Amino acid sequence: MNDRPRLSGLILTLLLVALAAAVLFPIGLTLVSSLMSEAEIGLNYDLIGKMVDTANGGQEAFVNLKLLPDWLTLAQYSQVLILSPKFLSMFWNSAGLVVPIVAGQALVGSMAAYAFAKLRFPGRDKLFFVYLMTMLMPFQVTLVPNYLVLHELGLMNRPSAIILPGIFGAFGVFMMRQFMSHIPYALTEAARIDGAGQLTIFARVILPLAKPGLAALTVLLFVDYWNMIEQPLIFLQDAGKQPLSLYLAQINQSARGVGFAASSLYMAPMVLLFLYAESYFVEGIQHSGIKG
Amino acid sequence: MNSLHFRPPRGDGVAAALFLLPSLIGFSVFYLIPFLLGLYESFTDGSLGGEFVGIGNYADLLHSASFRKAAGNTVIFTAISVPLLIAMSLALAIVLNRPLFLRSWLRTSFILPLVVPVASVVTVWQIFFDWNGTLNAWLHGMGHNRIDWMQSNWSMSIVVVMYIWKNVGYDMILLLAGLQSIPKDYYETASLEGAGRWHRFRHITLVYLTPTLFFVLLISIIHSFKVFRETYLLAGDYPYDRLYMLQHYMNNMFFELDVQKLTAAATLMVACIVVLTSGLLRAERRFRENTE
Repeated sequence: MNDRPRLSGLILTLLLVALAAAVLFPIGLTLVSSLMSEAEIGLNYDLIGKMVDTANGGQEAFVNLKLLPDWLTLAQYSQVLILSPKFLSMFWNSAGLVVPIVAGQALVGSMAAYAFAKLRFPGRDKLFFVYLMTMLMPFQVTLVPNYLVLHELGLMNRPSAIILPGIFGAFGVFMMRQFMSHIPYALTEAARIDGAGQLTIFARVILPLAKPGLAALTVLLFVDYWNMIEQPLIFLQDAGKQPLSLYLAQINQSARGVGFAASSLYMAPMVLLFLYAESYFVEGIQHSGIKG
Repeated sequence: MNSLHFRPPRGDGVAAALFLLPSLIGFSVFYLIPFLLGLYESFTDGSLGGEFVGIGNYADLLHSASFRKAAGNTVIFTAISVPLLIAMSLALAIVLNRPLFLRSWLRTSFILPLVVPVASVVTVWQIFFDWNGTLNAWLHGMGHNRIDWMQSNWSMSIVVVMYIWKNVGYDMILLLAGLQSIPKDYYETASLEGAGRWHRFRHITLVYLTPTLFFVLLISIIHSFKVFRETYLLAGDYPYDRLYMLQHYMNNMFFELDVQKLTAAATLMVACIVVLTSGLLRAERRFRENTE
């Protein structure tokens, strides 16, 4: 009876599936290519960035987009993980930067967020607006003075030059405040009447209720700082301390043969974390709405 | 009995200060003070001690050809990419808001790029857009001439594609949440009164989605200022003219040690963002008051 909507629904679904496939393609191609041998990658993609002089009788030559490897090999992975120690050490560099930042920002941010969401003090909304503004600024805006401050504190070229500013980033304050302002006053008031101090209210009432918010914040921060490029590019010039993001920027040009495996390993923690905690991630983004 | 206790807490000055202190100290040292220092620098000359030169640096900056180019490109990029992104995310959100086969899989696919580090898929981009790349191979196969994607005005469209690929999930999540908060019976009543599909979209969906759209617009503009990562990975420190944006400019001024131009440019950018944000927030508030 009602064939038309079903047909248009089918066409729509097919269109969306095609679009989703296109969106996932760069990720899929990277994963698939990570199972190719170095020789096969050289054969197909060696021409990237090379000028072939076609005007003087050179052949029209192109990169050969290869969707499936001729045979599967884990050679790239063994090269990256076992034979060259650089990759792993940079992987741990990344982890060593990201874990303290996420943990620190979640803690410091939650505390400040509690003050913004549930306590009254003069200038509260103005101060919050200042936090909000810094959150929106591109990193380059405070480049020079940041450099001067880090230099003055003797932090340049040390991991702390990335970790400390990261811990005090405004995003954690902003997101946790949005989350906590949805917790009803009645709950904190009830605790107060029972004689609980602010610290107890924060630790026993607010934090347990804000757990989904904390989980969402953790996922979002993890993704953001795992991908950071600008900060280490300028504040961590010592190659031995740099995170994976910078290593990949270099390896993509020089050693393409193992680049796909390195890239896959680099994105794996984020993709797995996302698939595991997708609902928190989505909820976190929804809570970052400025209303509230 | 004792109604005093049920009043919202007033004047928690001391507790608020204690909760805010850690965040406030770090925030001041790494964000606020650097920003104020930069503001100060932007009004002084480069000599030791720094003589006050008024708006001299700003005049120099506005006369500098590379600053104009960078600012112009930033404006063009934002003006093209943001409306495109919002239109696409809105279309996706509307479609995915209906019961649809594979809906949650589709949603996951569109969000996934958000967590994938750009550095790990940059090679795939190169495979496609290189001079010898797949796209040119296809063009060649169809009997057209190659296009130098990264070294022509096309380069900006490629970064636009990357920006949309990366951010479409974020906006889609926000818009989906907005759509789901519109009560279903509005649509049913409208249908009963004979409103057509387009009418319902314009007078229900768009109206109730407007507060969300304000925020989506704001966050998309902010994200558009952050494409430096993508451009840097794809094209390096000095990309094709069209891709030379404010963040490149500031980065390069940093390495050229031109503190005056950098801080003046940064201050201008901050001023723009503050004006833009407070304007959008005010417009949103006015809109909400008018509809309620």
